[in-house]
Amino acid sequence: MEGVIDLELWQMISAYIFVIILLFIVKARGISREKEIIISSVRMTLQLILTGYILVYLFNYSNPLYTIVVIGLMEAFAIYTVFKRTKSKLSIPLKKIIAIAMLFGTLSSLFYFLLVVIKITPWYDNRYFIPIAGMLIGNSMTGISLGVTKLVDDIYQQRHLVESALMLGATPKAAVKDIVDKAFDSAILPTINSMVGMGIVFLPGMMTGQILSGTSPVTAIKYQIAIMLGILGSVSLTVILFLQLGYKTFFNEESQLVLPE
Amino acid sequence: MFLFINVKFKDILDIDKLHIHRHKVTSIVGPSGSGKTTLLRLLNKLNPFDSGDIFYNDQSLKDIPSIALRRNIVMLPQAPPIFEGSIKDNLLIGLKFSEQPLASDQQLMNMLKLVQLNKDMNEGTHNLSGGEKQRLALARVLLMAPEVLLLDEPSSALDEDTELVIINALVNYTKQNNKTLIMVTHSKKIANQFSDEIIEIKNGSVINHEEG
Repeated sequence: MEGVIDLELWQMISAYIFVIILLFIVKARGISREKEIIISSVRMTLQLILTGYILVYLFNYSNPLYTIVVIGLMEAFAIYTVFKRTKSKLSIPLKKIIAIAMLFGTLSSLFYFLLVVIKITPWYDNRYFIPIAGMLIGNSMTGISLGVTKLVDDIYQQRHLVESALMLGATPKAAVKDIVDKAFDSAILPTINSMVGMGIVFLPGMMTGQILSGTSPVTAIKYQIAIMLGILGSVSLTVILFLQLGYKTFFNEESQLVLPE
Repeated sequence: MFLFINVKFKDILDIDKLHIHRHKVTSIVGPSGSGKTTLLRLLNKLNPFDSGDIFYNDQSLKDIPSIALRRNIVMLPQAPPIFEGSIKDNLLIGLKFSEQPLASDQQLMNMLKLVQLNKDMNEGTHNLSGGEKQRLALARVLLMAPEVLLLDEPSSALDEDTELVIINALVNYTKQNNKTLIMVTHSKKIANQFSDEIIEIKNGSVINHEEG
């Protein structure tokens, strides 16, 4: 197996031709997105360079404390991103539920995956811990963001239907069952779609990376299957935890619908 | 049956004392925004009142679990939403929500006949007119056979002739089955013709109570 082709600086710079092409296209079509494209390209570059150096350091100096700090930062950033991404107004109790669901859903899936499926030793081996945590947390973050938006929007839009169900003697759980089911569906759908297209429509990033770095495709596929199942588990657990606890924040102890204006 | 003592809710309702009797048809009348719907919502425990107390059969509403109460005191809002599914699904949903045994097809057909909704139960609800939807929602509530019916303008989407027929059927149903009916109506004519008691509300307070 040949080693990976390292990219020289000029090769890296030549890849920015795609950004320049895009800038020409949006300029020619009068789509005023130049600023966002430049900022996001620069931001992506700086973030990844910084991450690269941090990872080099962390891989060389594996230490449980570093691992805990990194996972804490990843979780905090992911939770903050969910709050920012959701356009709907989020109450304080709902924000707490999002944080609890993210922490419990992703960490339990992560530790199960690392300690039972892959069996890494020591448990804080950053070469495994950080990339896998990133994938589980990132995908769960996307799933829960979709779930939060759908749940909150639908409860506001269908408040008369929910209240009508309460008038007919429904429990809050029964009154929002359809809304919760649809929120779960919309949260989990991107993960299911990506599983369906995987290997046929596209080669997933982790697998591509492993193959490029010289790993046997068979090993890369085994990892990819395992990580996809891990992602599915993490997203499902995070979203279901959020939904099961989250809908309750829209009702008080008298089973009355309480919507902050 | 219901007794209001010094009940205040925001600046919408302020009732010193009000008694609504069992097995009667009581109409609540008054101008728009006078607090009629809020009164029904308090009886259904959809809103908490700020002060005072409401008693149902001598028990404070605060001491009765909301869900159990709503299964016995069912409210129909003014523009009742229709749930996804067929007419039959909509008829059965109240029984499902309140965890009661489901009705037979024959019982469902009898109920549709009572509200004069001449439709196939398995049809969808998209083509129903506003008045038909209102009658379907009414049938849904009646199927639950609650002790108390709280109806907010139950005939607002009906033409005058259908309104008279439906209210008449509703009142007969209430009397025959020993139920209590409390309805908000904009029509003084309906109130005078069908009610045992009329409560008139203005600016959140009871200004007249005609007891039969």
